[in-house]
Amino acid sequence: MEFIEFKNCSKVYKNGVTALTNANLSIKKGDFVFIIGHTASGKSTLIKLLYREEKPTSGIVSVGGVDVSKLRNSKIYKLRRKIGIVFQDFKLLPKLTVYENVAYPLASYGMKGSEIRPLVLSALEKVSLKDRTRSFPDQLSGGEQQRVCIARAIVNNPKLLICDEPTGNLDPDTSKEIMDLINKINKKFGTTVVTATHDKDIVNCLKKRVIVMKDGLIEGDYLKGGYKNNENI
Amino acid sequence: MRIFRIIGRSINSSFKSIFRNFSLSMASITCTIITLLLVSIGILLSYNINNITKDIENELTIVILMDKKITSEELDVAKTTLKSVDNVENVKFNSKEAIKKDLASQNDTYAKIVETWGEDENPLQDSFVITVVNVKDINETATTIKNIDKVDRVKYGESMVNELINIFDVVKNATIVLVVALVLVTTFLIGNTIKITIFSRRSEIDIMRLVGTSNTVIKLPFIIEGFLLGTIGSIIPILITIIGYTYAFNSLSSAEMTNILNVIKLTEPSSIVYLTSLILLIIGSVVGMLGSLRAVRRYLTI
Ligand SMILES: Nc1ncnc2c1ncn2[C@@H]1O[C@H](COP(=O)(O)OP(=O)(O)OP(=O)(O)O)[C@@H](O)[C@H]1O
Ligand SMILES: [Mg+2]
Repeated sequence: MEFIEFKNCSKVYKNGVTALTNANLSIKKGDFVFIIGHTASGKSTLIKLLYREEKPTSGIVSVGGVDVSKLRNSKIYKLRRKIGIVFQDFKLLPKLTVYENVAYPLASYGMKGSEIRPLVLSALEKVSLKDRTRSFPDQLSGGEQQRVCIARAIVNNPKLLICDEPTGNLDPDTSKEIMDLINKINKKFGTTVVTATHDKDIVNCLKKRVIVMKDGLIEGDYLKGGYKNNENI
Repeated sequence: MRIFRIIGRSINSSFKSIFRNFSLSMASITCTIITLLLVSIGILLSYNINNITKDIENELTIVILMDKKITSEELDVAKTTLKSVDNVENVKFNSKEAIKKDLASQNDTYAKIVETWGEDENPLQDSFVITVVNVKDINETATTIKNIDKVDRVKYGESMVNELINIFDVVKNATIVLVVALVLVTTFLIGNTIKITIFSRRSEIDIMRLVGTSNTVIKLPFIIEGFLLGTIGSIIPILITIIGYTYAFNSLSSAEMTNILNVIKLTEPSSIVYLTSLILLIIGSVVGMLGSLRAVRRYLTI
């Protein structure tokens, strides 16, 4: 069994919207996968099934051999400690410094300050923000804020990094920079990366596996893909 | 160790949010204070009234005035009959001669009046004084006794006792209703404060969920906040209880007051005051936690 497996997965939201229909997909450990498609095509839904933000209406979603759809509510946190998540809107706490934001997950696990410190500094080093530990989020540029978010996502050395539109709020140059950083993390630490995006340029540029979604269906799966392969979407 | 760090961090964040929502926290605390003051007054009042009625009940006797023309044989029969009546504990005989002597010795006025009576004309009546086992059944006992041969009249303080017990019951029930209502209002208010805290920390809760914080750790600060609100709210009532009751006890048992208010003697402070304080603390913290648990269950979606 692969690291990530979707088997006959469907998702119908409570309001009756069918966001995903019969998805079958497997992703190997250490892979870097883009999920692309029009708005409302079900990219975020697919990703949310991975970290059990949503439960599939039918089918199986397994991550690291665990069927996450069967996970009890009170056990979800164990899954999420093994997954780093990067958001379009960064989700940083404005009243905490960069250091505190990155340390936040570990502190909430009850770890000791002396255990937290080396992990935080190492994560900040990976995103080249080691000299900004005392800054507050509003003193940083958008790209820097996203790097803090990435540092927080990888601080616990997760096996899987999930990004939902990580460059959605950034200009093209900064977007490129952020994608290079995520790519570097994937290469250097073997972290599996799943990224949903609209950004044609970065998909074309990185030449990774591309999964194309349309109206809740997985329409295409290209190993060295890009928008070039499917100009029609 | 890990658990202490988590609890420590939760307490820290609870205090912060109490100060952040200061006016709401104050409303909750004030409501807790009022509720607990009432609980305290209720407990202390009922405890003391209970003791006072018990005192009175213990001293309660039935006086049986016998027929004026009763013979000594008939008196003996009556005494045996009285002893056999249900609920009678103790029978004491007061002859009219003894009462006459007693009267004469009390003061000069009485003595002079008694002197005017001739040898054989004693207008007083022979009487029995009985105590009962169970004061509650004193009415029936008195009725039974009334029907015994040669009994003229039966006297006892039924009205006073009944009135006292009635007043006590009314006060007690009113207090219970009021306290229950106030406890509900307090629970609601504290729950509401926690609800606001939950809403104001939505994004933080969201981040905690997504980075894998356990549900318990996410909920803990809110439950602790409710607990703290209730506990802080019980401090002032506890102080008032200890200081106020000791003051009331001392002034009521000072020399002059003891003579006037022989009946209204408060029970000594110490034990009852500390017991009441403990009850206040427990009610305060439990109500606080219940309020926050309710809010967490309703509004904290994980
Ligand atoms: N929580 C929800 N409740 C109800 N419907 C939802 C919910 N989340 C998403 N949907 C619906 O499911 C469909 C797929 O949404 P999804 O967010 O997966 O699309 P997306 O591909 O990520 O779009 P975008 O590119 O705009 O982010 C949409 O029609 C959306 O309205
Ligand atoms: Mg989306």
